[in-house]
Amino acid sequence: MLEWRRRREPSLLMLLASPLIAIALTMLIGMIVFTAIGYDGFHAVESIFLTPFLEPQRWGDIGVKGAPLVMIALGLAIGFRANVWNIGAEGQYVMGAIAGTGVALLTYDMTGWWILPAMVLAGILGGMAWAAIPAFLRVKLQVSEILTSLMLTYVAVQFLYFLVRGPWKDPGGFNFPQTRMFTADQTLPTVLEGTLVHLGIPAALLLAVIAWLLMEKTTAGYAIKVVGLAPAAARHGGFSAARTTWATMLVSGALAGLAGLFEAAGPFGQLTPQFPVGYGFTAIIVAFLGRLNPLGIVFGGIVLAGTYVGGEIAQSTVRLPQAATGLFQATLLFMLLATDVLVRWRIGFKRRAA
Amino acid sequence: MKQPREQDVPPRLALAHISKSFPGVKANEDISLSVSPGEIHALLGENGAGKSTLVKIIYGVQQADEGTISWNGSPVSIPSPKAARKLGIGMVFQHFSLFDAMTVIENIALGLDEAVDREELKSQVAAILQSYSLPLDPEREVHTLSVGERQRIEIVRCLLQKPKLLIMDEPTSVLTPQEVERLFATLRQIAAEGCSILYISHKLHEIKALCDSATILRGGRVVATCDPKIETTKRMAELMIGAELRKIEHGKATGSGAVRLEVKGLSLRGEPPFGTDLESVSFEARAGEILGIAGVAGNGQAELLTALSGEQLADGAEAIRLDGKAVGLEGAGPRRALGLSCVPEERNGHAAVPDFSLADNGVLTARHRLPLAPHGFISRASVKRFADGVIKLFDVRTTGNAALARSLSGGNLQKFIMGREIGQQPAVLVVSQPTWGVDAGAAAAIRQELVDLAAKGSAVVVISQDLDELLELADRLCVINEGRLSAPRPVASLGIDEIGLMMGGVHGAEAAHA
Repeated sequence: MLEWRRRREPSLLMLLASPLIAIALTMLIGMIVFTAIGYDGFHAVESIFLTPFLEPQRWGDIGVKGAPLVMIALGLAIGFRANVWNIGAEGQYVMGAIAGTGVALLTYDMTGWWILPAMVLAGILGGMAWAAIPAFLRVKLQVSEILTSLMLTYVAVQFLYFLVRGPWKDPGGFNFPQTRMFTADQTLPTVLEGTLVHLGIPAALLLAVIAWLLMEKTTAGYAIKVVGLAPAAARHGGFSAARTTWATMLVSGALAGLAGLFEAAGPFGQLTPQFPVGYGFTAIIVAFLGRLNPLGIVFGGIVLAGTYVGGEIAQSTVRLPQAATGLFQATLLFMLLATDVLVRWRIGFKRRAA
Repeated sequence: MKQPREQDVPPRLALAHISKSFPGVKANEDISLSVSPGEIHALLGENGAGKSTLVKIIYGVQQADEGTISWNGSPVSIPSPKAARKLGIGMVFQHFSLFDAMTVIENIALGLDEAVDREELKSQVAAILQSYSLPLDPEREVHTLSVGERQRIEIVRCLLQKPKLLIMDEPTSVLTPQEVERLFATLRQIAAEGCSILYISHKLHEIKALCDSATILRGGRVVATCDPKIETTKRMAELMIGAELRKIEHGKATGSGAVRLEVKGLSLRGEPPFGTDLESVSFEARAGEILGIAGVAGNGQAELLTALSGEQLADGAEAIRLDGKAVGLEGAGPRRALGLSCVPEERNGHAAVPDFSLADNGVLTARHRLPLAPHGFISRASVKRFADGVIKLFDVRTTGNAALARSLSGGNLQKFIMGREIGQQPAVLVVSQPTWGVDAGAAAAIRQELVDLAAKGSAVVVISQDLDELLELADRLCVINEGRLSAPRPVASLGIDEIGLMMGGVHGAEAAHA
């Protein structure tokens, strides 16, 4: 008989291996499920999990999709460590893009090096402002930030629809619901000639290193971890839970807003109703796949970006519907949470009592 | 209750060669003992000696790896507590499982294996309360009851099942001396009716007063079986500890040092719904003295500690003065920086972060007074050096500064926490239950550290429910009852009965006339 046995100390090996086990299980389950419903399951999984990484011409795509995922996930992970569950990064992402686009539309007929930095600043502030609402409600009224941040996402998306169909509609756009295209001074520069690889990608990597330093080396990161693990001990140690909630919500809002601005000023170059693609939600999976560790999140971001790229490949190779990508991502989160138990528990054979 | 009255009755419960291991520790090794019908049998041992594990095996919470359990002479297996209750084994745990917001009778009904008609249950409970003359009102809500009264609920719960063996786990740890006397009377009556009692404790004078025989455990093994009425307390203590007892060396308590901590009219609302309000608490603690604060749990000790540590702020700055400086409105960090250290009762999750290493736990409260995190950047080297120093100086048994706090035994973690605070040389140290759940050797070491700290000119405030500890340590003693603090009295002039009455307060009086 098998039984679960509690480990005396959490296993470091399993801490690192459980995300890999989760990925392997997701591939296996995906293969079985898609074969069972009449697709070529093996090639579906191959297209989603392997092809993007094996073909160098896809790497730029992975970087472009991975950068916003990593940026958002960094902020979310910092919050999650403090037991602050910001589920509404998608809304902060959209609001960041809206705020930055606002600056872009105001400066439409201007030129200057300062325009893009101003948009970046607006993007950060837009995301922060949107995250400030759940932070305020949680600190002052003990309202769950899980609910408020999630609900505010839908408000942000509707606000975007209103803007692109109304006041911000491109006057020369044949009545299509979209804003003007950004000018050269409003667009994120590419860092590799002839590719889509834009400034957001090195920025995401740099932010991951900064976040790692913050969490591992500073008193602020220490405070965040203590508040999350043992609130009473945090109070005893002189750390304020309210201040930590504010700080982590604002940081995660800022990073989501920055990611939104980078996406608007990068791959999109304008705002359209198709702008919200769910990066804010996928980033939750990225954060967990990276074990809430900033450097792990870079790995998680690459894997999840790969599933986006691979999902598109699978559409053409095995005619998998686009929704299959979401299904794989959700299965991965499910497996991650399930394999997490291996960190603290191990499976052993039950001995019969004599 | 009908009992067999034959001459050669088999033991009610017999354990033979019981062993049980957990990862990294042998909790029980080759334990045999037997309890006759109507016998009060003591299971004596330090914390960590394996008492709890053994009892959990008897009550079906855990299964033994090896060995047999016999019940009235025939071998049985006890796979669950429900099976244990079916055999006739009842247990009163140290920590009660009661719902504060419900009445006594509702709590009793919830604890039963089978649904019983409410009126029927009421009459059964009334009959038990009467036949054992237990003062308890079945319609009272539990949060209005004293600890002694709460314990009676658990006892009634067990008696309803007409048990043949009643297990009492450290039943007196939170009772006043008067409540202990009443409990003993009840237990003697239960035993006289033929029910065996397995009485778990490390309080030797209680075992001498109550028990017919005793099994002494140490390190998971039986070291002796004796008649506690004959054996001396000192001998039993030495068997239990496995070493000669060490006496605390007191310096000369002058009590005339400068006032280091002054609390004046400190009031604080307790956390609703079950917290206790502090009402105008005032006291002084002087350099070189240990001030003891006695009291039954839940009378405002937790609130007093958080009010002093700065986790809860006072109404005004003047309510708390540290070396003359008004700090009532300062938070926990600034107070610690000024030299006021506090150690709360709850170690895991309050005084320490269970999932952090010892090194990281050092940062929690030592960063204000020691340069562990200059300019907001944690210095790993200093942090490790500090933790290593505490581990070495306070003889913390651990694998090193990277060990998680949760992996340490209660006593070792407490030594680390005490070391962390004392190592900062605080002006004032306030500590709650400094030796709760700590084995005697470590407890003696911790008490000695407190005495030494006071001798160096700090003021030490010890909040404890353990009267023996306070009488041994404190120079002056006051009692906290329902959030009010009595005036301090020199320990030398106090009798234990007098303190007991002060501790009992209103609840004691109620119990007496009911």
